[in-house]
Amino acid sequence: MADAAKPAPAKGGRANTKKELPEHFKAYKHVWVAVEIEHGSVHSVSFELLGEGRKLADKRGVELAAVLMGDDREALGQAAQDCFEYGADCVYIACDPALKHYRNETSTQVLTDIVNTYQPEILLLGATNLGRDLAGSVATTLKTGLTADSTELAIDEDGSLAATRPTFGGSLLCTIFTLNFRPQMATVRPRVMAMPEREEGRSGRIVEFAPNIVEDDVVTKVLDFIDDRDSDTAALPYADVVVAGGLGLGSVENFQLVKELAAVLGAEYGGSRPLVQKDWITSDRQIGQTGKTIRPRLYIAAGISGAIQHRVGVEGADLILAINTDPNAPIFEFAHLGIVADAVTLLPALTQAFARRLRVTRMAS
Amino acid sequence: MHIVVCIKQVPDSAQIRVHPVTNTIMRQGVPTIINPYDLFALEEALRLKDRLGATVTALCMGPPTASESLRKALTFGADRAVLLTDRYFAGSDTLATSYALSMALTKIGEEFGTPEIVFTGKQTIDGDTAQVGPGIASRLKLNQLTYISKIVATDLEAGRITVERRAETGTQVLATRLPVLITMLEATNEMRRGTIAQALEAARAEIITWNASDVGIEDLTRCGLRGSPTIVKKVFAPTARSEAAEMIAAEGTMDAKARAVIDAIFARAPGVEDDLTAQALHHYV
Repeated sequence: MADAAKPAPAKGGRANTKKELPEHFKAYKHVWVAVEIEHGSVHSVSFELLGEGRKLADKRGVELAAVLMGDDREALGQAAQDCFEYGADCVYIACDPALKHYRNETSTQVLTDIVNTYQPEILLLGATNLGRDLAGSVATTLKTGLTADSTELAIDEDGSLAATRPTFGGSLLCTIFTLNFRPQMATVRPRVMAMPEREEGRSGRIVEFAPNIVEDDVVTKVLDFIDDRDSDTAALPYADVVVAGGLGLGSVENFQLVKELAAVLGAEYGGSRPLVQKDWITSDRQIGQTGKTIRPRLYIAAGISGAIQHRVGVEGADLILAINTDPNAPIFEFAHLGIVADAVTLLPALTQAFARRLRVTRMAS
Repeated sequence: MHIVVCIKQVPDSAQIRVHPVTNTIMRQGVPTIINPYDLFALEEALRLKDRLGATVTALCMGPPTASESLRKALTFGADRAVLLTDRYFAGSDTLATSYALSMALTKIGEEFGTPEIVFTGKQTIDGDTAQVGPGIASRLKLNQLTYISKIVATDLEAGRITVERRAETGTQVLATRLPVLITMLEATNEMRRGTIAQALEAARAEIITWNASDVGIEDLTRCGLRGSPTIVKKVFAPTARSEAAEMIAAEGTMDAKARAVIDAIFARAPGVEDDLTAQALHHYV
C-alpha cells in the first residue's frame, strides 16, 4: 500500500484536485539541482540534471540554480564554473570542513537550510546511492513530496512538475505530481537524461551560504573510503560496450563465454536478475530495473528473454543485439538486431571472429 | 539488544502482468512475497541475534493478509511480529508510510524497549523508491545508514556501530552512535530457512495487530491518500518500440553466423568499430 503505485483516485477526489497553493509556498520560485560531489569530483548525473533543469526553468520563466556542498573552496569554485557552463544561472556554495565527505546528517541539514532560506519551486537530485539517501531525508524533513527515479520530467499546463517513473518493476509508468507542497522534488538516475552541451565561458551569480554545523557535533564519522578503482567493481552505467547473459546460457560455466567476449571487446559484462539470485554474478553487475541502468553504444544480450524489468534498464542503449533460441522472446521486440541462435555456441564463434577482425584492423592502422 | 526489522509484503514482480486493454496491473493469482531486500535485512538482524543475543521484532504495514509475511518472519527466527493495519493507511505514499511506521516504532519502543537498530531493505521491488527508510530515520531522528553492505562491528557497551556503505564510486567505512536505522543492500549471504519447530511455533504465535489509533495517530489527515503530498495522476504501460528487431538470418557454420552478426553490427553502427579497436588494443597487447 505504500509507494507510488497506488491507484489513481477517482476524478474529482480531493487528492488530485489542485487547491490554491498555501500562502507560505507562493514565494517558492526557481529550479534547483543539488549537485553530487564525491571525493572532489562532480557526478555526471548533476550535469545531466542541469540540462533537464534548464528546460524546466525556461518553461517556467525562472532561474536555474545549482547547490554545491564541500570543504575545498577552490574546488567548489571550479565546480561552480562547470555548473554555469552546463546551464546554471546561479550557484549556492556551502563550504565547511564538516562537508568534506558526504554524510546524511550534515548534508541533510545544510540542504534543508538552503532550501528554507532561498525557497526553490523544484529541487532535483541524482538517483544515486548518495542522492536517494539525501533526497529521502530532505523531503521528509521538509514534509514535501518526492518522486524517485524519474525517467521523464515536464511542466504541465498548470505549471506543476510532472514526474514520470516506472513502477511495479517497470511494468507500468506513472506520472506523479506534488501539487500543494513545495519544493516539488524528484530524483533521476544517471544516464537517463542526455548530457547537455557545454557553453564555454558562460557565467552566473554565486551565493555563499554559511552552514550552521560543527564537526564535533556530527555523530557519524567517515573512517575510510575504498575506491572502486582499487577493486574489481563493475562500472556498468558508464561502459560504452556491455555484454550480458541470462538464464538461457544454462550454467554458470557457460557464463564464462560472456566474460570472454567482453574481454575481447574491452567491454563490461553483466546479467539479468535471475543470475544474481543464482549467484552467477554479483549484484553490482545486475542490469535492469532493480539493478543498473546502462546506456552503452553497443549492448549484446545473450540468452536473455527480455522481461520488462530488464528492458527498462537497457533501452537507452544505441544498439541492442539479442541472441536467443526462442524467436518469440520479448527481447526481439526491443532489440535493434536479433539472431535466433544458441548463445552457448554462438558466443565463442563471435569472440573468435571479433578478435580476428579487430586484430586485422589493428595491423592495418 | 532489541532490533526491529521493517518488512513489506509485495507482489512477486517477476510474475506481474499488465492487462493489455486497461493497462492495469493484474494482481489476481500473483503470489505475494516478503520484499527480497527486507529478507536481507531480516537475515542480518538474525545474525546479530546469533552473535550478540537480541530480541528481533518484525514490523509490517499492510492489509490484514500481510500477517502471512509476518508469520514467515517468525518462522525464520523473529521473536515478535507486529502488523500495522488500518483502512486509513490505504494509498499512502512514502511520506505517509514513514509517518505511520515511525509512530508504530515509537509504540514498539514504549511496549518492548527502545530498539538499538531498525533495519529495512534498501528499497521494495514494487515501489522501488528507497525513500521509506530515510523517511523513518528523519522522523525518529535516528542516525541513518543506507545501502549497507556489511556490518563491520557492533559495540553495544560503547553504543557504537561500524559499517561499510556502498557509495557511487567506492565503499565508505562509517562509524556512528546507536540507535541507528540501517537499510541493507542485497547480501552476499543466503537467507536461512526456518526449522519445522519454528514453523509450528510461528503458526500458533500471536501477531500483534495495531491500527492508527493504537499507535497514537490522532490526526488521520497525515495518513493514506490525504497524508500523501505526491499524487499519481496517470498510470500507463510503456509504449512498445514501433519496429521489431532486424533479424540476422545467417546460414552455415557458427563462424559464418558470427561474421554475419559482426557485419550487421558495423553496418548499423560504423562508429562502434573504432571504439572496439581502441579498447581491444588495450586488452590484447
